[in-house]
Amino acid sequence: ATVYKDPASYKQILAKMYAGFAVSGQQGPAGQPDISGIDEGFSTYLRQYWKAQELTTDESVIGWNDGNLRDYHDMDWTASNEFVTAMYNRIFYQITLTNEFIRETTDAKLAERGVSGSEIKTYRAEARFLRALSYYHALDMFGNVPFVTEADAVGSFLPKQTTRAELFAYIESELKAIDAELTAPMTNEYGRADKAAAWTLLAKLYLNAEVYTGTKKYTEALTYSKKVIDAGYTLESKYANLFLADNNKSKEIIFPITFDGLNTKTWGGMTFLVHAPVGGSMNPAEFGIGGGWGGVRTTKNIVQKFPDATGAKDKRAMFYTQDQNLEIDDLFKFNDGYAITKYKNVTSTGAKGSDIEGNFPDTDFPMFRVADVYLMYAEAVLRGGGGSTAEAVGYINKLRERAYGNTSGNITSIDLNFILDERARELYWEGHRRTDLIRFGKFTGAAYLWPWKGAVKEGKTVPEYLNLFPIPSADIVANPNLKQNTGY
Amino acid sequence: AFAQKTVTGKVTDGQDKSEMIGVTVSVKGTNIGTQTDISGMYKLNVPNDESVLVFSFVGKIAQEVVIGNKTTINVTLADDASVLGEVVVIGYGSQKKRDLTGSVVSVSSEDFVKGQITSPEQLVSGKIAGVQITSNSGAPGSGSTIRIRGGSSLNANNDPLIVLDGMPLDNSGISGASNPLAMINPNDIETFTVLKDASATAIYGSRASNGVILITTKKGAKGKPQINFSTQFSSASPVKYVDVLSASEFAALVTEKGNTTMKSYLDTADTDWQKQIYRNALTTDNNLSISGTKGNLPYRISVGYLNQNGILKTSNMDRTSASIGLSPTFLDKHLKVDVNLKGSKSNNRFANTGAIGAAVSFDPTQPIYSGSETLGGYYEWLDPSTGKPNTLATLNPLGQLMLRDDRSDVLRSIGNVVFDYKFHFLPELRANLNLGYDISRSNGSVAIPANVGMSFARGGTNNVYDQNKTNKTLEFYLNYVKELPGIRSKIDVMGGYSYQDFLKDNSNLEKNIAGDVFLDYFYKTQNTLVSFFGRANYSLLDKYLLTVTLRKDGSSRFSPENRWGLFPSAAFAWKISDEGFLKNSNTISDLKLRLGYGVTGQQDVLGDYPYLPKYTISQSTAGYQFGSKFYNTLRPEGYDANIKWEETTTLNAGIDWALKTARISGSVDYYYRKTKDLLSVIPVPAGSNLTNQILTNVGNIENKGIEFNINTTPIHTKDFNWDLAFNITRNINTITNLTKVPNPTFPGILVGGISGGVGNTVQIHTVGYPTNSFFLYQQVYDENGKPLEGVYVDKNQDGVVNTSDLARYKSPQPDFYFGISSQFTYKKWFAGFVTRGSIGGYMYNNLNSTAGTFRTSSNAYLNNVVRNATVTGFENSQYFSDYYLENASFFRADNINLGYRIGRIKNKIDATVSANVQNAFVITKYSGLDPEVQGGIDNNIYPRPRTFTLGLNLGF
Repeated sequence: ATVYKDPASYKQILAKMYAGFAVSGQQGPAGQPDISGIDEGFSTYLRQYWKAQELTTDESVIGWNDGNLRDYHDMDWTASNEFVTAMYNRIFYQITLTNEFIRETTDAKLAERGVSGSEIKTYRAEARFLRALSYYHALDMFGNVPFVTEADAVGSFLPKQTTRAELFAYIESELKAIDAELTAPMTNEYGRADKAAAWTLLAKLYLNAEVYTGTKKYTEALTYSKKVIDAGYTLESKYANLFLADNNKSKEIIFPITFDGLNTKTWGGMTFLVHAPVGGSMNPAEFGIGGGWGGVRTTKNIVQKFPDATGAKDKRAMFYTQDQNLEIDDLFKFNDGYAITKYKNVTSTGAKGSDIEGNFPDTDFPMFRVADVYLMYAEAVLRGGGGSTAEAVGYINKLRERAYGNTSGNITSIDLNFILDERARELYWEGHRRTDLIRFGKFTGAAYLWPWKGAVKEGKTVPEYLNLFPIPSADIVANPNLKQNTGY
Repeated sequence: AFAQKTVTGKVTDGQDKSEMIGVTVSVKGTNIGTQTDISGMYKLNVPNDESVLVFSFVGKIAQEVVIGNKTTINVTLADDASVLGEVVVIGYGSQKKRDLTGSVVSVSSEDFVKGQITSPEQLVSGKIAGVQITSNSGAPGSGSTIRIRGGSSLNANNDPLIVLDGMPLDNSGISGASNPLAMINPNDIETFTVLKDASATAIYGSRASNGVILITTKKGAKGKPQINFSTQFSSASPVKYVDVLSASEFAALVTEKGNTTMKSYLDTADTDWQKQIYRNALTTDNNLSISGTKGNLPYRISVGYLNQNGILKTSNMDRTSASIGLSPTFLDKHLKVDVNLKGSKSNNRFANTGAIGAAVSFDPTQPIYSGSETLGGYYEWLDPSTGKPNTLATLNPLGQLMLRDDRSDVLRSIGNVVFDYKFHFLPELRANLNLGYDISRSNGSVAIPANVGMSFARGGTNNVYDQNKTNKTLEFYLNYVKELPGIRSKIDVMGGYSYQDFLKDNSNLEKNIAGDVFLDYFYKTQNTLVSFFGRANYSLLDKYLLTVTLRKDGSSRFSPENRWGLFPSAAFAWKISDEGFLKNSNTISDLKLRLGYGVTGQQDVLGDYPYLPKYTISQSTAGYQFGSKFYNTLRPEGYDANIKWEETTTLNAGIDWALKTARISGSVDYYYRKTKDLLSVIPVPAGSNLTNQILTNVGNIENKGIEFNINTTPIHTKDFNWDLAFNITRNINTITNLTKVPNPTFPGILVGGISGGVGNTVQIHTVGYPTNSFFLYQQVYDENGKPLEGVYVDKNQDGVVNTSDLARYKSPQPDFYFGISSQFTYKKWFAGFVTRGSIGGYMYNNLNSTAGTFRTSSNAYLNNVVRNATVTGFENSQYFSDYYLENASFFRADNINLGYRIGRIKNKIDATVSANVQNAFVITKYSGLDPEVQGGIDNNIYPRPRTFTLGLNLGF
């Protein structure tokens, strides 16, 4: 395409690869979607990722009658579930998008066009990081997926299926291969990935390696966690500020998905995360929005992990309890279940976001932040990856000191169950819960129940095959090379 | 002197010299008359020798004979050329009706549907077998969905090609016009001809799969100027309202079942919101035309002015139209020139149709006005914590109408000039050149004040948009016609070239009242179609007719490798009634067998460049932040380099027949249409393309059916005439393939999005089923026949009810559809009706499924429910229950008319008055407002009104 003759185009295509996680298409908030077959607002990467990781767990329920959305709570999704399909399609959309750019930016192609510049090399490395991130999501959620790289040109061919172990190895090798070409931690422009983003992803990959491949890689998880911690990220002093309209200023966030009330508009992404929990007697103005959507709440399991629901002790307990019931008798009633007030479109000084309508927040999504890495370090230590337990306890106490505002919440010893609960307290609603519960063996089976797990109020045992989502039937039909995941 | 005398005589048929029975014989200007007997004889007492006898019979040219001193007057009645020798327009030419080999139906102005007709296609609604015309809504100037023999496509356009005076029109939407066809004044139309089978349509190649409609406009009359003025005055009103709870019933329901929050919101007003948003709407339609011939210049000039109000308050369409038709001849009549210029300007105000649904659900205990100046004075639900309009609540229905000013001005002009030259040295050879244009210019605006419910947070709305469309046509053909008496044959050969170019641009600027820009958009696109076409007709003994056509189309929408397509057809007709064994039949006057085969295409796909890899730049509203800067992104688009048109193969067998004595004629057609390489949107194998779904050629559909029509004049006397026409069509539509790789387990493609939830669908395309079959759970009922909430049949008996238990059942497409129309004349009175019906189509009642549940809620607003909620008692919406699927068979009286020809006033003015009622009644079991909704999902469409019209027509 002629677009590659203009050196300025490369950065705009790079911007598209990042924007692919945030917006739904080329017109904000909607109008020219990237993927179709589902409502455009539903189609965004972050909204789907969040739903797949959170609605399936004890961290959230949603009360909307949208298609088969409820399957997520009920844990009875099938291969034709449109939300599972949308997540899968988003992942592979990102992969083909990044493949296209990587294919078009080889040294040979750049030389042929007379385009030069070391930035393009960096862009290319970032594209490979973004591809690795999407493949990581594919690995985590779908396991054995079609595999395409820049070597596969656009056209009608049938991609081959890879195994989870092969995909693991590929992601690992890619992230290591780009290490030299990515910029040093905290030196890139805001919004773009750097070495620390790749290290965080490697740490996550290794921490879950036993789930993905059957082989433990806790030492590596520890190594890469430590690299990130040592890179100099600092905790935001006030926990709540991490989720506000000016969270782009935070030195805790390693890799954000950015949003903006004027320039990055979508009905998915942070628009969903800010609006959907607001309902009942909650005041939308406090959230910097014109009105809430009244849908998403949490279960009592999460509330009960905190010393109290008011946040008097642990300030991370950000629940809206007035006129809300702790128990969820009726999933479709907004008042059943506490609402969560974490994400807001107001700044740390109380100013409303830039969109005068209050529809589209300025708040960015903290995809990776260093608090998560502290917890990963501690977990890797406990799982035998080496390192120091004292150092691990120290990291966790840093989080708790921020949460309590003093040392009253500090702990002296840790175990794995504590880590899982602490991850819930620190990272709830940030898209980690499903992966965490699986790693701890508590997602399926009877080891851990929560309200509406398995479609009953008290929660019930669900089969183990649900640890992986199915390959959508649409792709099974389109691509005879694919074999369905076990159980579906 | 008293000079009454008796005249006798015999009437014979000019065609076969047989005696004619039942011929009306009358004395002109009197009520004296009789009919011929079984041997063709008549006997009549006449007042005097100056009297004139009139002999008339259906299908024959009436004859007038001055009696003079004769006492025996024998006459021979010739066939009326306008019936049997009737010439019908076909693609690139015309043909005698009796020589047609394809399935072609023509309706001329005297048979058009009467009443307040705003858009041309409504002139023939219900009149033609195999043609379904469903008006899209009751809005002024609203368009219709036209389906000829069922749709041939899944995702490509299913609309027929429309050709106006030889100009193939771009019938895609025009911004700011509710319907592009409504820019053409129906009063200027002379005939409406539908080409149905491929042997008739294949000459239009890649655009012909869904049939072709040829519209010709009125031309200059012979002789001195004839002036015609017509004026109509109509009043339209709603037929019925959605059955919702009244204020007291709703208050009782909330009091009984609601929680304290809900009860606290009840108020004491009694507002019938539906009555508030609708009105009786008046329309005037005035047309003036002058037609005549000056020297060798036949001309017709017309102007029209329509001002139509819609029954939904604020909706209005105002259309001024003008047309000029000139058809001079030059060079000793060897060169005929036909000039057609049409222009219209339409000013529209679109009502906010959101008010329709809002009027159903707005709490009837609330007042219309708040009594304060804020929010435009209208009562709105407020967010209790902010005091601002509640963004989730229903907005005041009347406020939605009155505070939104949505207007457009649209200009459209269609013109062409046709040069038809008969060569001096070779008169059998004719050259025809057609140069034309179709241009539209639209601009529109939507304004909503700041600080009203609809656009509160945004700070009001001030949007403007415009669109320019410029389409050009050049067509040329040569036609050679030669009689070959030596071999008793006739050949008629035609070959030509066509070029059409379609260029359009759109722009859109969205701002609020303060001037903040939300969207600034410009888009321009173009496509070109180049074609070569030819046709050969061969007739032997004037009994055996053979037609072969071929068209080669090249479209810029497809890659150079796939750009060209070939569309052949062949047809054979046998005029059986001209064979010796039937020639002298006393019963059969016409019997013809037609057989046709042809291949046609469909290339009307989304976008003009589906085969090209291309990058799209984002709007500034979908940019991404790096550092402190925002970048407009560049997106590579998914594409299918191999995309091409879909192809429909049609077989058609038909019989045309007419009986001599019973004044009855008709035809039967059987057709089989198979579409392959359907332009379908299907999932791509993940990872193989830059999208998840792509428009590509995959899948097959079959349509087969039978059409039957009969036209008869049961009574024909001097004073009384009764015409009756009936047509019925059976169409069966089946999807036969949907996937690239055959896959018997493929469940299908979900379609039919509904209101309620997001992304919920109730229909599916599945192999082996009709397109858009309903896909729902089977409701379980208690012993009293009450549906049990959320209880469905476990179809696969696996113990759980989940999506694998959804069942395919019925479709919106009827098994049969039919039309009955009739016209009576008695002396100077005339009356008639046009009715239509449909049997076996189903409808999903989306209104009941969304507004048919009552549940307690913590919302700071209340929503009324439809009465059906009290029947089901559902507390949660059950969108996928087949309880909401209803039989939508119907019988509708589209039009009933009555008129009186006053006749000459002072020997100068010929006056006629008429009265009409449109949408007089509907008989149906469907419980919603109207059983006719295109697509089979009924959700708050702008209701079709009942319209009463008074008309006056004056001829000078």
